[in-house]
Amino acid sequence: MPSLEEFKEIIAKAVSETIERAAIYIPPDIKQALKRAYEEEVNPMAKSQLEAILKNIELAEKFKKPVCQDTGSIIYYVTVGYDFPGLRVLREALVEAVRRATKQVPLRPNTVDPFTGRNPGDNTGRYMPYIHLELVEGDGLEVTVVPKGGGSEGVSYLELPPPGEGVKAVKRVVVDAVLKAGSLPCPPTIVGVGVGGGADIAMYLAKKAACTRKIGTLNPDPVLYELEKELYEALNSLGIGPMGLGGKYTVLAVHVDYAHRHPAAMPVAVAFQCWATRRATVKINANGKYVIEQ
Amino acid sequence: MIYVAEYKLKTPLSEADVRKLRVGDIVYLTGTIVTARDAAHRRMLDYLKEGKPIPVDLRGGVIYHCGPVVQKLGDQWIALAAGPTTSARMDLYEADVIKNFGVRMVIGKGGMGARTAQACREYGAVYAYFTGGAAVLAANAIKRVVRVEWLDLGIPEALWVFEVEDFGPLLITIDSEGRNLTEEVVEQAKKKREEVLKKLGVT
Repeated sequence: MPSLEEFKEIIAKAVSETIERAAIYIPPDIKQALKRAYEEEVNPMAKSQLEAILKNIELAEKFKKPVCQDTGSIIYYVTVGYDFPGLRVLREALVEAVRRATKQVPLRPNTVDPFTGRNPGDNTGRYMPYIHLELVEGDGLEVTVVPKGGGSEGVSYLELPPPGEGVKAVKRVVVDAVLKAGSLPCPPTIVGVGVGGGADIAMYLAKKAACTRKIGTLNPDPVLYELEKELYEALNSLGIGPMGLGGKYTVLAVHVDYAHRHPAAMPVAVAFQCWATRRATVKINANGKYVIEQ
Repeated sequence: MIYVAEYKLKTPLSEADVRKLRVGDIVYLTGTIVTARDAAHRRMLDYLKEGKPIPVDLRGGVIYHCGPVVQKLGDQWIALAAGPTTSARMDLYEADVIKNFGVRMVIGKGGMGARTAQACREYGAVYAYFTGGAAVLAANAIKRVVRVEWLDLGIPEALWVFEVEDFGPLLITIDSEGRNLTEEVVEQAKKKREEVLKKLGVT
């Protein structure tokens, strides 16, 4: 088994490669959804946008360059086993991975101090990269990297409607969020909806659903499955279309997740993932071997 | 109806060049474009107020809302990925920049608001889309990074002067006649709100 020092290097290397993969290659589920949208779109301007998008994805792969110049804020969704032997060095290694990827890919330096405006230039800073950490049984590590773009983040939306409105409130908030976002989040988007928990929990669930769940995966909850289908049809009937130029595809998918709520509050959060979904996952086992997937 | 024509234009642009453009037209641009985001726009207007010159000549010029991924090889900067950023943030400044610096074309994504559209009408300018996120497609049309100014603002916010060849397709969404395509589409969508909520059983 590798030593702690060795683990630090293994994790930093594996995760920086995972960031690189995410920055350059659009995952297969997203590509497929965009191709389908291109084929089905009839509005010529919408079609021209999707054509440029598909061409750009190809060029990024060919030249191994970041698919979008906004290489995002690096968000990690980590599940790690209690017995994973590199646990003690995990945090430092995840930060080091961002520094390396920033130089190697390269990534745009995107972390700015909100008060001084200072940019450290390596995509790190206070709480950056952000690490969502979940401890589970076992001795392995799984890190999903989401380089999240600023345009789609900028239209995130939260409401705390009276709980009495129930699921109707969820539907209304989602429709209003998409109308308010309009052309800004680079549609067609994946819309993530988080319900319940508390304001922060609802937003966490919404963003995770938008950015990490694959298109085509079915919601295991039959009520939410129906809700997702209904919202998908409704949102695409708005006609905002690719880049807000009109057309059939405003959204590629709607993903809903929830947490039990306080009796007095029903937070509804909406997060957007732009068409340029950057996401990749690395699995590292206890002997230091790793595999990167999209 | 959208009347679509395709143009190849060279910078600097004349007022006549842009007055003939209509919403829906496609443009491919050859010449020089200058990137500017929030901080650069703000500084341009600060300098104007203080009577200081800005380091780029924007008369007949093109502003590109973009914070590129760049790499320095020796003395030469290279733009690796350079798609547009959300233009709405620059609505605060753009009308004054068009008015005072003689900008003829603004390129970005997501559209701009009424004040910018009004400035386009009044002073003879247009707003065009480059497909959001299409960063490598854009970088491919950038032949050379001519220079960079105001790098102290950070790489994304600096003024990057790019020499471009057939940069596009650029889709005109605000013309000098007062049409604003994105606003029209979003207004249409808002009109459907009640109908959509009814169908969802909300109202």
